Amino acid sequence: MLDIYLPILVVMGIAFAFAIGSVILSRLIGVKKPSAVKLAPYECGMPLIGTAQERFSVKFYIIAMLFILFDIEAVFLYPWAVMFKRLGIFGFVEMGVFIIILLVGFIYVWKKGALEWE
Amino acid sequence: MENLVQEAIQNVNLQAIMPSLVLCVFGMAILMVSVFSKRGSTTHIAWLSIAALVVTGFVTLIGWNNPQAGFAGSVLLDNFATFFSMICIIAAGLTILMSDDYLRREGYPVSEYYPLILFTTAGAMWMASGTDLMTIFLGLEVLSVSLYVLAGFFRNQTRSNEAGLKYFFLGAFSTGFLLYGVALLYGVTGTTKVDGIAAYLMANPEAAMNTMFIAGGSLLLVGFLFKVAAAPFHMWTPDVYQGAPTPITAFMSAGPKAAAFAALMRVTIIGLDGLQSELTSLFWILAVLTMTIGNFIALTQKDLKRMLAYSSISHAGYVMVGLVAWNEIGLSAILFYMLVYTFMNMGAFAVLVLIGKKGEDNLTLDGVAGLGYKKPILGIVLSIFLFSLMGLPPTAGFTAKFYIFAGAIEAGYIWLAVLGVLNSAVSLYYYLRVMVQMYFKDPEEDFAWVSINGPVTISIVVSAVGVLYLGIFPHTLMSLAKLAGF
Repeated sequence: MLDIYLPILVVMGIAFAFAIGSVILSRLIGVKKPSAVKLAPYECGMPLIGTAQERFSVKFYIIAMLFILFDIEAVFLYPWAVMFKRLGIFGFVEMGVFIIILLVGFIYVWKKGALEWE
Repeated sequence: MENLVQEAIQNVNLQAIMPSLVLCVFGMAILMVSVFSKRGSTTHIAWLSIAALVVTGFVTLIGWNNPQAGFAGSVLLDNFATFFSMICIIAAGLTILMSDDYLRREGYPVSEYYPLILFTTAGAMWMASGTDLMTIFLGLEVLSVSLYVLAGFFRNQTRSNEAGLKYFFLGAFSTGFLLYGVALLYGVTGTTKVDGIAAYLMANPEAAMNTMFIAGGSLLLVGFLFKVAAAPFHMWTPDVYQGAPTPITAFMSAGPKAAAFAALMRVTIIGLDGLQSELTSLFWILAVLTMTIGNFIALTQKDLKRMLAYSSISHAGYVMVGLVAWNEIGLSAILFYMLVYTFMNMGAFAVLVLIGKKGEDNLTLDGVAGLGYKKPILGIVLSIFLFSLMGLPPTAGFTAKFYIFAGAIEAGYIWLAVLGVLNSAVSLYYYLRVMVQMYFKDPEEDFAWVSINGPVTISIVVSAVGVLYLGIFPHTLMSLAKLAGF
């Protein structure tokens, strides 16, 4: 039953052999003339400015966290919208309460100055 | 589909969650007041929070003898939940009373502190009234997340940071354990409802031998035992209790611990009733281990907050003796004990709040030398609280321990009671050592920075009156606790 997959196995074997073979062969018979440009992570494009392991401003994290928070809570609105007619007035009130809680959080974040980039 | 929606809507019973609902609304309103207030002014926030707790207390008391079930049986606001909710509300109130001057002295007059305490209390109340493992988990999370922030509240103090981080990591792991246990139990029984699990055990007694069921139940217990700081899951307690702001330490040792015991009791007594003999032998070992470890390590502590942390571990052990007894006296004694412990432990911490200097490096055994002469009133009240923690009459600590051990003896656990009393004798040493320092050592300091006024005195007086009143007239509360038991 599994033998119908044999061609796939053969193709996979060839692919691995080709990939590993070209790396080994180029290492064995290739010419090595390294220079600073060649050793750079990206040979074309912008020249490098410093390293990637820098300290990021904590502001990025705050904005990202707030985004996730409000984003996920906004996602709850979609199932409610789909079920809106069935849930009726009860669902409307419930979602109103939910939005008010969200609003309290938003006002808190705003007044605390977490949305300012200073 | 239509029916499901209708049924879900009909199952809503706001009465069943009214106390925590009121508290959450107040918490959010107070949060709004705080952001529109001047930075650094927190006194009005503190008093508003006290008002919120008083209102919530009245709303909670309406539910006495008026059990309300709701949300398809996932919440049950019975006498048991009401009793534990009141313990948490009292603990939160005493905490807030001792906090305002303390926060200003330590240089963190930040008003988010108070709404966080209110949210913690609301979470504790959900835990006490939850009859579905998911509701209990939700309450536990609300409680824990607020407490993580509160434990690390002094964000420029290394010790407080350590407390917050340690509590967060270990707490997150323990909630993971709990949730994994819930998942396995659901896999076996097909329900997360506590009485559903009981019904399943009744119908399939052989489930007790099911590996999956045992694993699920054990993981669930690990989660709860971590929260009540029972050995061998107590390692976080000393570091967290020492590093957290002192009022928060007091609160953690009373309110959230009571809530965790409430959930533990409901899950074991109601849900795992069919496994009584297995569970009691497990709790027997854990109770003895917890008492002994707590008391013996406390003997060597020099730092008073750390000493009280180990003492709080040992008290969790005494409370578990009531769980081993598994009878009416033992279980209602747990309710009694938790309220008494709230008064005596928070009173002791309130005295520490008063005598601490900024940074609290003087809260050591040497730091209280001669306190009894320089500040006689504080010396006397601290002695009352320590006597109560030892369990000596006429304080409430004695009656509480008496009921607990009476329950154990009635259930036939004579040796457990003997070990408990021996442990109390060991604990005399480290509590008395504080009093020796207070009364038999020459004062090294003049304690001039201690001024006995402000709201913290209210919390000391309330605690002292509670400890003495419940010690002399325990019957009223004990009969209430019996009504609240299962």
